[in-house]
Amino acid sequence: MMLQQAINPASAVAETVLSIRNLESYYGPIMAIRGVSLEVRQGQIVTVLGANGAGKTTLLKTISGVMNPEKGEIWYSGRNIAGEEPDRVVKAGIVHVPEGREVFPLLTVEENLRMGSFVRTDKAGIKADEEMVYGYFPILQERRRQAAGTLSGGQQQMLAIARGLMARPKLMLLDEPSLGLSPLLVKEIFTIIRRLNREQGVTMMLVEQNAKVALEVADYGYVMELGRIVMADTSARLLASKDVQEFYLGVQGETQRGQKRWKQKKTWR
Amino acid sequence: MDVLQLFVSGLANGCVYGLIALGFVLIYKATEAVNFAQGDFMMLGAFITLGLTNDQFWGLPFWLSVPIAIAAMGLFGYLIEMIVLRRMFGQSQVAIVILTIAMGFVLRFAAGLIWGNEPIALESPIAGKDVRFGGLVLGLDEIVVIAVTVISTILLYFFFNLTKLGVAMQAASQNQLAAYYMGIPVKRVHSLIWAVAGMVAAVAGILFASKGSIDPSIGLLGIKAFAAAVIGGFGSLPGALLGGIIVGLIEPFASYYIAAGYSQIMPYLLLFLILVFRPHGILAQIHRKKV
Ligand SMILES: Nc1ncnc2c1ncn2[C@@H]1O[C@H](COP(=O)(O)OP(=O)(O)OP(=O)(O)O)[C@@H](O)[C@H]1O
Ligand SMILES: [Mg+2]
Repeated sequence: MMLQQAINPASAVAETVLSIRNLESYYGPIMAIRGVSLEVRQGQIVTVLGANGAGKTTLLKTISGVMNPEKGEIWYSGRNIAGEEPDRVVKAGIVHVPEGREVFPLLTVEENLRMGSFVRTDKAGIKADEEMVYGYFPILQERRRQAAGTLSGGQQQMLAIARGLMARPKLMLLDEPSLGLSPLLVKEIFTIIRRLNREQGVTMMLVEQNAKVALEVADYGYVMELGRIVMADTSARLLASKDVQEFYLGVQGETQRGQKRWKQKKTWR
Repeated sequence: MDVLQLFVSGLANGCVYGLIALGFVLIYKATEAVNFAQGDFMMLGAFITLGLTNDQFWGLPFWLSVPIAIAAMGLFGYLIEMIVLRRMFGQSQVAIVILTIAMGFVLRFAAGLIWGNEPIALESPIAGKDVRFGGLVLGLDEIVVIAVTVISTILLYFFFNLTKLGVAMQAASQNQLAAYYMGIPVKRVHSLIWAVAGMVAAVAGILFASKGSIDPSIGLLGIKAFAAAVIGGFGSLPGALLGGIIVGLIEPFASYYIAAGYSQIMPYLLLFLILVFRPHGILAQIHRKKV
């Protein structure tokens, strides 16, 4: 056990940047997050896997403050940010790159990036980050005067990530960056996500349905089902786990697929 | 020469309609609410200026009264959004429409109480003076109205395209959720949009009042401006201005060439035709990118 932990340098020593405790979120009467607890450590990529409707997006929305939780705590750099307004959360260093890109379609690429840095006032830093971002996504520099709505899906995804980076986040919440992209593009984008994590030191919380690519870049993973965390482990062990293979990687197991559900049987901790 | 004079006076009226229409479109684009009190905002801006500068009221210098009135209308718009409209969040469009119509009535009534219901002329330095270009005689008021509209348009263009706040206003109207994700304070942005609409209305009101006497019912001009906004597509700022100018030009020419009884309905006939044949407005296909 100790050896296996040591293989992953980040998780061995790094401090916790985000710690969620017993979080509950509702859409009206519908309880979408049912008591989630999880931790994200400095410098890691932590993935949250789960099928459609598991509550992954809701979890991210609750962290970034566009939704208010009913119960629970979200600890980040020494304070409980649960229920804070989104602009305060962004200022504190958490940026949400939403599902489905959500670029500003009529603004140019450049203007979209400028909106990413809306909460910042350090002109020189913003300029430097723009160069940094164009370094990772050269295509955006080529298209910088083009309306974002006219970009391809892959380019829009790159823009959404780039725009998020312009906030200079300590923690980036990425919601299904692989959605609707070709395998080749998914690979390209995940390579960049990993590089951003390593080179820029951005801690990532990566929500995915594509468990395979997510677990390949992530250090640690959680599996969500019906608003709850049902599994939590290092990526290597999740990849090797029979259940994950069976339910999320499409490998045929001994039991019939889709018959079994991971309720509270294996709640984390 | 007649035709040119008609053209200039129509253009000047059209500029006022266009500025009011701009307010409609600004608010609609950003918040999806239609402010049917926009014409009454114009009226209020005119009366605040009049109340500040006319001798029977405060008698302040005109050039001091104008910026104060514009600032006051900005604050008024901001507060109306913050105190009234924000409470309507999640309500149906119809409820908001009725609210703004009611607000218009209240403003008209209040203006009548404060400044009376008789027509009053704004003591404006540009009122009632002529300018001669060779043989052509034009009203100074009309020239100033057109010039100020051009300047306001340029200022708004720079504000919306070159300042961080202006671009953020565009962003929030294009994708509100994404604006929240970027930390743009969307609620404050909405209040500020109302402030801008209030200031533009004040400019329109001052210009309008420089062209003739006013009474609290001039806010009903908002209906023509609404038609102008629809003609322009209700989604583009240049469209709103163009729609205003079209309505402004149709009026004098229609009354010149057609019997008086019919000329009155021309703007609405045009509105009707546009709604039937080009429901997205005349600029819809040309101008995709605008606030
Ligand atoms: N706006 C909403 N109103 C009501 N219910 C909602 C709303 N958005 C999501 N839900 C419900 O909340 C639950 C969790 O949804 P959520 O979008 O968080 O799932 P997800 O894990 O992100 O799914 P996906 O992988 O499809 O994006 C689902 O049952 C969904 O139907
Ligand atoms: Mg989702």
